[in-house]
Amino acid sequence: MDYSQFLYMHEEMSLLGVILLLFVTDLLFCKDSKRGGIYNSPLPVILLGVMTVFNALPLSDVQFEAFGGMYQHTPMDTIVKTTLNVGTLITFLLAHKWLARPENLVKQGEFYVVTLFTLLGMYFMISSGHFLMFFIGLELASIPMVALVSFDKYRYESAEAGAKYILLALFSSALLLYGVSLIYATTGSLYFNQIGIANTPSLLLLCGLAMFLAGMGFKISLVPFHLWTADTYEGAPTAVTAYLSVVSKGSAAFVLLVVLAKAFTIGGIKMDWEIAFFWIIIASITLANLFAIRQSNLKRFMAYSAISQAGYLVLGIMGGTELANDGTAQGMTAMVYYLLVYLAANMGAFAVINVVEQNSGKLGIKDYNGLYQTNPRLAFLMTLCLFSLAGIPPFAGFFSKFFIFMAAFNAGFKVLVFIALVNTIISLYYYLLIVKAMYISESDKPIATFRSDGYTRVALALCTAGVLLLGIAGWVYNYLTEIGMQSL
Amino acid sequence: MNFLSIFVLIPLVMLLALWLVKGQNAIRAVMAVGSTALLGLAVYLTVIFLSDRAAGADAPMLYTASFDWFTPLHIKYSVGVDGISVAMLLLSGVIVFTGTFVSWDMCKEYFLWFTLLSLGVFGFFISVDMFTMFMFYEVALIPMYLLIGVWGTGKKEYSAMKLTLMLMGGSAFLMCGIFGIFYGSGGQTMNIIEIATQTGGATAIALPEQLVWFPMTFVGFGVLGALFPFHTWSPDGHASAPTAVSMLHAGVLMKLGGYGCFRIAMYLMPEAAHELAWIFLILTGISVVYGAFSACVQTDLKYINAYSSVSHCGLVLFALLMMNETAGTGAIIQMLSHGLMTALFFALIGMIYGRTHTRDIREMSGLMRIMPFLAVGYVIAGLGNLGLPGLSGFVAEMTIFVGSFQHEDTFHRVFTILACSSIVTTAVYILRMIGKILYGKCTNEHHLALTDATAVERFPVIVLICCIAAIGLAPFFVSGLVNDGVVPIVKHILAAAV
Repeated sequence: MDYSQFLYMHEEMSLLGVILLLFVTDLLFCKDSKRGGIYNSPLPVILLGVMTVFNALPLSDVQFEAFGGMYQHTPMDTIVKTTLNVGTLITFLLAHKWLARPENLVKQGEFYVVTLFTLLGMYFMISSGHFLMFFIGLELASIPMVALVSFDKYRYESAEAGAKYILLALFSSALLLYGVSLIYATTGSLYFNQIGIANTPSLLLLCGLAMFLAGMGFKISLVPFHLWTADTYEGAPTAVTAYLSVVSKGSAAFVLLVVLAKAFTIGGIKMDWEIAFFWIIIASITLANLFAIRQSNLKRFMAYSAISQAGYLVLGIMGGTELANDGTAQGMTAMVYYLLVYLAANMGAFAVINVVEQNSGKLGIKDYNGLYQTNPRLAFLMTLCLFSLAGIPPFAGFFSKFFIFMAAFNAGFKVLVFIALVNTIISLYYYLLIVKAMYISESDKPIATFRSDGYTRVALALCTAGVLLLGIAGWVYNYLTEIGMQSL
Repeated sequence: MNFLSIFVLIPLVMLLALWLVKGQNAIRAVMAVGSTALLGLAVYLTVIFLSDRAAGADAPMLYTASFDWFTPLHIKYSVGVDGISVAMLLLSGVIVFTGTFVSWDMCKEYFLWFTLLSLGVFGFFISVDMFTMFMFYEVALIPMYLLIGVWGTGKKEYSAMKLTLMLMGGSAFLMCGIFGIFYGSGGQTMNIIEIATQTGGATAIALPEQLVWFPMTFVGFGVLGALFPFHTWSPDGHASAPTAVSMLHAGVLMKLGGYGCFRIAMYLMPEAAHELAWIFLILTGISVVYGAFSACVQTDLKYINAYSSVSHCGLVLFALLMMNETAGTGAIIQMLSHGLMTALFFALIGMIYGRTHTRDIREMSGLMRIMPFLAVGYVIAGLGNLGLPGLSGFVAEMTIFVGSFQHEDTFHRVFTILACSSIVTTAVYILRMIGKILYGKCTNEHHLALTDATAVERFPVIVLICCIAAIGLAPFFVSGLVNDGVVPIVKHILAAAV
């Protein structure tokens, strides 16, 4: 066996290194709960930041395989992994104040290690070339997530959210695994590439694919596999909710694109899953939008908003599995770009929600009435992020929405694009409800003025920079297009 | 760096400066200097544009520049102007300038959103790339929500939400239309001129595709141009908005609709325009007549003016759909004229409302004695609106109706006559309103103690009146400028008919 293959996996290796380092540090230095240990220091953030930069800098343009095709790496993987790293980094920044609470001090180390383990699982999913590798990554990304969701275990909602999540996660994993076995039964292989060549449409294969899609739909929280989302998002600690809604969801959506591109584009099967996605996207966007209007809790609200955003994200899969007629990987590029922008905007919104919750304990939309009078800067940043989510220029969300619609349009899904566009108006309505609460509605008891902590400020600065610059700076998209062409 | 981009740069600098400065005087200084610079630049542009055209520069767009932006999608930041855009930039310059003085006492956040709005407007008129144009279009829409919602009056939250959602609904149609045009023409360029002249890799859009995308684009822009039945945001929105926002919105923003219909929908899809013009002629005809009749029964000053805007903006689209040079020129002059008159109207209504605290015409009378300056201004605006010769409204409507009547078929002529009836209706509601609130004896004793306009208030009113009179007295100057842009487009559209 050629051990130098491990060097190809330097992204996974370095993440594992960070995890082990944090684990050992936790073990040796941090058991004194009175001092809070070195986790009150920015060590995890710095380590992850260094790793992110280290992995992103030598952007290797190579496309390679290791371990006989179990592990496949494309340049776009590096981009997505870096994006996920940034998302995790912001999660850590958000979590800092919450982790410094007395009841969490002793569990700080676990938070960081467990979060990074889920990230490692996503890495494996992204770079897998084989269904087993993929499934290991999926489980590694799902099971520790339960621990994160129920991290506030003495809070009733958090425990409930954890229970709901694990039951449904395991059910969907089982479904997915059964689907994979059916795929194996019809094609005789678990390698994506070989499935791609061998698949001949049959009812059995379709059943397998449907179950696979259902499992992934759960991870991405697409309608009708979304029922866990609102409860889990509401119950989980806010930083974890942010992580779930961006990093977990985004990685799953990208993985789905990659797997479909590798394994299910040849033959008539593409048409079948396209029809499925056509309806799934319409259902996700429309239903989630309608439900979001009626929410009064901001975290539930963001949950439904995230479901509809997932619908837009998956729009990139339509036509994204093949090169567009101008030779670029338009769908894939638009999807990764959308993810990047969505990360900035959604994380920014969650940063505000989180810091308000940490300082005042309030989460209701009505509680935000008059926020602009007491905390004008936070209200303004929230507005920017919501406008970006709604797709209003000059913020980045406008560009990402435009491009992802354009990609789907170019792939021929004109009706779908039109329905999605009509839905953006509904989404604008409910995003404006928040803006209205902050700016227009009066309140007897507005949230008191407070100073946010330094970690939140860094997170907000990162997100705001993303929201403002990712769109205007055209080179981001242009660069992603280049990478996309090398990756598909 | 192309100098047209300065139109976008100035508002950007103003935004930055507003963000940094403190104190009402500093904010006023920034706004005054910035809006004066914008107006000055627009005047300068007009002068050199005319002299360059006189010197024989005959490209469809002058001062073009193009920078790669999203290269793989063929999206560029492209700017350029023709006669229509120059006229529109001049109009925007005047309205932003006067709007600044009308909202002299507002706070910093108000001016921030106000400036963002004007950034969108200026950016829209200098763009020749569909994407850039659409982006600036949306930039101009969203500040309206906060401007109306926070600083408005009456049922402001409802109006702000209705306005934003309806206009954004229009832009959803529009986005679909833009995709259709882009991919229908070969997916090689977003530049309007290149698509129309089929250079730069663009091919002609097939007729079946045009028949889908033309209505989408036209309705998309038409929502902003108050096309019946998508006009319902307009009365509520205008009535609730603060004064300067009403001015900017009715004066400039609604013109984005007509401009876009002409420049994107009709110019790029001429065959479909010919096929489907009759549907939209009926709709715009209804706008014209229905708007005028609705204005007759309103009691709120702003509602009267808002319905009058629906009627007049309907006339713009109506004339554009006639697709001949005279009517087209008339349409653009009507945009200018209506922009200025509406702005003047809203400014005066704002000033009167600031004093009487009511806009209900049943509660006001005899204001002429109490505030003669405002009242005279109001009369002039009203006379301009009903088309008195010597003011801008006459020039515009005359040109439109003469142009429209040039069509020889019954359908066009009947509709022209129907639309003409709006002139009479306009006279009814304008004279009724003026007679009711300005003349007679003042019955409300609280109104007797009111004062006339201050110097800061008089200034924008005088500027606007001068502009209206200038167009009315020297129409050939304006129609020459506008003609320059209209003729090539109309020729292009007509060429597609045969």
